[in-house]
Amino acid sequence: MTKSDIVEAVYQNVGFTKKRAAEVVNLILDTMKDALEDGDKVKISGFGNFEIRMKEARKGRNPQTGDEITISERRVLSFKPSQVLKDRLNNK
Amino acid sequence: MNKSELIKAVAEKGGLSMKAAKEVVNTFFDAHIEAILRDERIEIRGFGSFVNKCYDAYVGRNPKTGEKIEVPEKKLPFFKVGKELKVRVDS
Repeated sequence: MTKSDIVEAVYQNVGFTKKRAAEVVNLILDTMKDALEDGDKVKISGFGNFEIRMKEARKGRNPQTGDEITISERRVLSFKPSQVLKDRLNNK
Repeated sequence: MNKSELIKAVAEKGGLSMKAAKEVVNTFFDAHIEAILRDERIEIRGFGSFVNKCYDAYVGRNPKTGEKIEVPEKKLPFFKVGKELKVRVDS
């Protein structure tokens, strides 16, 4: 499934034009991205939570040369599926 | 931000009624959930992708009691952040 399938679903369900449906789908994605960029969590009941986590700096290796390198501290985005979604996926 | 805050933001920024914004946001996530339940991969450029991963059964322990428990095989949706968002989140 890609974004165009989601736009199609919005077009079918909500009765917007395709153009309007595409705009609103992009607006949802941009709103979520802006919140996450600000370090805010995005919590969607029945689906899951998107959350920013700090990763500490660690030593790594360049797998091609074997050189030791320091991987600097960074912020990463993680998604935790909701228990409801996990149960539905496993037919519980 | 939770779903109702997202609905409110979409209504304001998109000039939509709360009812229309709610329908759109629910359709958006329902489409995701249905694709995941069909075991279908989802790819949203600039945001990320979802794919179900299968995990084998294993014998785990209840960390409180130390009791052994059979954990059956299971599927979990896995999210991989897209390049654009990965960079934005870390800057």
